[in-house]
Amino acid sequence: MKSVISKNIMLHYPKEHTEKPIISNLIKRYDLTVNISRARIGQDEEGIMVIEVSGKKQNLDAGLNYLKEIGVTFKPVSMVVLMVDEKCTHCSACTVICPSDALTIEDRNTMMVSFIQDKCIACGLCIPACPYHAMEMHE
Amino acid sequence: MAKTIREINDKIKNNKAVVFTAEEIIPFIKQKGYKKAAEEVDVVTTGTFSPMCSSGAFLNVGHPSPRMRMQKAWLNGVAAYGGFAACDIYIGATQIPDEDPANKIYPGSFEYGGGHIIEDLIAGKDVFLRATSYGTDCYPRKELETYIDLKDLNQAYLVNPRNAYQNYNVAVNLSSGVIYTYLGVLQPNMGNVNFSCAGQLSPLLNDPYYKTIGIGTRIFLGGGIGYVIWEGTQHNPTAVRSENGVPSEGAGTLSVIGDMKKMSTRYIKGVSMLGYGASLAVGIGMPIPIVDEEMIEFVSVRDEDIYAPVVDYSSAYPKRESKIVAKVNYRDLRSGTVKILGENVQAASISSYPVAREIAETLKTWIQNGTFTLTEKVASIPGVESGQTFKPLEIRPERG
Ligand code: SF4
Ligand code: SF4
Repeated sequence: MKSVISKNIMLHYPKEHTEKPIISNLIKRYDLTVNISRARIGQDEEGIMVIEVSGKKQNLDAGLNYLKEIGVTFKPVSMVVLMVDEKCTHCSACTVICPSDALTIEDRNTMMVSFIQDKCIACGLCIPACPYHAMEMHE
Repeated sequence: MAKTIREINDKIKNNKAVVFTAEEIIPFIKQKGYKKAAEEVDVVTTGTFSPMCSSGAFLNVGHPSPRMRMQKAWLNGVAAYGGFAACDIYIGATQIPDEDPANKIYPGSFEYGGGHIIEDLIAGKDVFLRATSYGTDCYPRKELETYIDLKDLNQAYLVNPRNAYQNYNVAVNLSSGVIYTYLGVLQPNMGNVNFSCAGQLSPLLNDPYYKTIGIGTRIFLGGGIGYVIWEGTQHNPTAVRSENGVPSEGAGTLSVIGDMKKMSTRYIKGVSMLGYGASLAVGIGMPIPIVDEEMIEFVSVRDEDIYAPVVDYSSAYPKRESKIVAKVNYRDLRSGTVKILGENVQAASISSYPVAREIAETLKTWIQNGTFTLTEKVASIPGVESGQTFKPLEIRPERG
């Protein structure tokens, strides 16, 4: 028996595809298992979906090929960095480590450290630098 | 008009005490002046939350059957000290697991150590105890493996030999490579400065001559109640002071004790300093009784009045040279940028100002509710008049 492999990918599909049964086709035609971990319709109606697809290698390749053919673009899911609020002590040690100002003190009266996800480039530098293990990398 | 601690306590018990945090008192004094503020205010509360490496816990785990006098002991693989009577062990905050690669893979991550064990115990988690011994007629057991948890321990209390440092170095890196220190990651060529002090909220900076804080002072320790038990190790009352009496370098320290069973992981946290080691962040709050006008002058201290030495941790500090790069104040440090040698440098803190503030607020609430009364110190810790200094170790291979 050939081993099953899986891939995490983020799909971008244009407006005209949001109605099509892409996922059920992947399952039925290519014998793949699909787990949807995130899905949303973007501002210009473009769909974004993060899925985990698994199956035999040739089926997986054929399924991904099918996505390409119908004009759905996809890329491996990049890691996301998150702040665990309960662990953060707002010390600010990370603010001089972060290269993109995603960790910053916005209000010098409260001295609270904010994590601005949109600015984060997921470089991961803050993770070992945080003394309290408050920053984590997730898929 | 002077007040006694007893008079203040009577007001606390009748929920009539007037209490401010060390931050709130600043504008109040500005508005009222020293004399009126001293009359109206009874207590000012302080707070600090920071890695304090000289910390640890005594644990009494109880006697197993058959009995054992533990000679060597490990908690979750981290060595604890067992050179006491049977069943007593001490776990130090900076101890790391025997098999930790430390800085062999540089910079080491030091994910877990004694500080994390203390936090895990306070969180109510099971901790694995392994102990060995040589065995005696009265204590025959030679090996022990068991889980323990805080509620089943007879005693578990922090005994921290050096906490609440009165001011501290500000660290910078003048070399051309990144360095990893107990004050955090320091980028090359003065890429950042790191500090670790609550400034105007810090206990000993609000009582710079240790007039009210001394042996027997009841304090907030890790979310519970603790006491000052002695001067801390390296206590240095004769450190350089500014005109306002506030030390402008590391000076006084305190030794404190407190029951872990009453503590909270919000104020006691294991710490991993990249490339340096493990530690424990400790939350401490101390009440300053406003017994006279002098005390109100002391608590009026602001971040801009407190200076600290900027020290090069790539060379001067490790070599124990007393050179400093500059002096900066805590208002500038807390603004996020300080000017050093003509350059603007980004500043970050290892201690948490928001948690320090929360501790001062919590202690204030306890006093206002009448649940926390003040103690009169039973003895003073050495002050300036003692002439006590902080001596270095001069290495001498020959007997003197
Ligand atoms: S270093 Fe960690 S604990 Fe400190 S502010 Fe950043 S995320 Fe929070
Ligand atoms: S992962 Fe990188 S960019 Fe994102 S917050 Fe951490 S240091 Fe900043």
